[in-house]
Amino acid sequence: MELELLLFGVTKDIIGPSPYSYKLTTGTTANDLIESLIEKYPSLANLNSLAVAVNGEYASRQTQLKTGDEIALIPPVSGG
Amino acid sequence: MIRLTNKKIDVTEVIRLVESPDGGAINVFIGTVRNRTKKRKVVRLEFEAYEAMALRELKKISDEAHQNWPILNLAIFHAVGTMEIGEVPVVIAVSTAHREASFEACRFIIDQLKKTVPIWKKEFFEDGEVWVSAHP
Repeated sequence: MELELLLFGVTKDIIGPSPYSYKLTTGTTANDLIESLIEKYPSLANLNSLAVAVNGEYASRQTQLKTGDEIALIPPVSGG
Repeated sequence: MIRLTNKKIDVTEVIRLVESPDGGAINVFIGTVRNRTKKRKVVRLEFEAYEAMALRELKKISDEAHQNWPILNLAIFHAVGTMEIGEVPVVIAVSTAHREASFEACRFIIDQLKKTVPIWKKEFFEDGEVWVSAHP
């Protein structure tokens, strides 16, 4: 499944510029995406947290992703 | 009033936005850029936001604050971009009829903002840089 990922903060340092086109070959959930990305970019596993947002809302790991969704990787936030 | 801005935040303007004739209290939180992190000298900060989602998450916090306290007006301003030492990346102002609710609501808003709103801060030191909170 072809996904276009929005990257922010430290995930841009690890993966590259945003948006980032990614072909998810195993599975279709947010969890599958995270596992696949960690396999390709192992240092993602060192982050304090890594969430997925789908269409501007925090998504659970079970959320089904679809081509065309706005998908963002959310590393630990640090506003304020 | 919720705003992300790449301009300097005018604290007086934010306070003026929440003034109300029914109010007896305005509580204001002003976040400022500190010159040190764990004894390491900070040169500047950079803030980045996932703007559409950040505005949505801020609206949720605002809605929750309104449900929990009798708020007359509230304003949340957060800056994005480069900030120098002493500058103001965030201002929250809450007006209520009595002071207790304004203190509590203001604190709730900044605490939640730091937990859920997709905004990221990078600290620049004299000899390096780091995304805050990214790693243990």
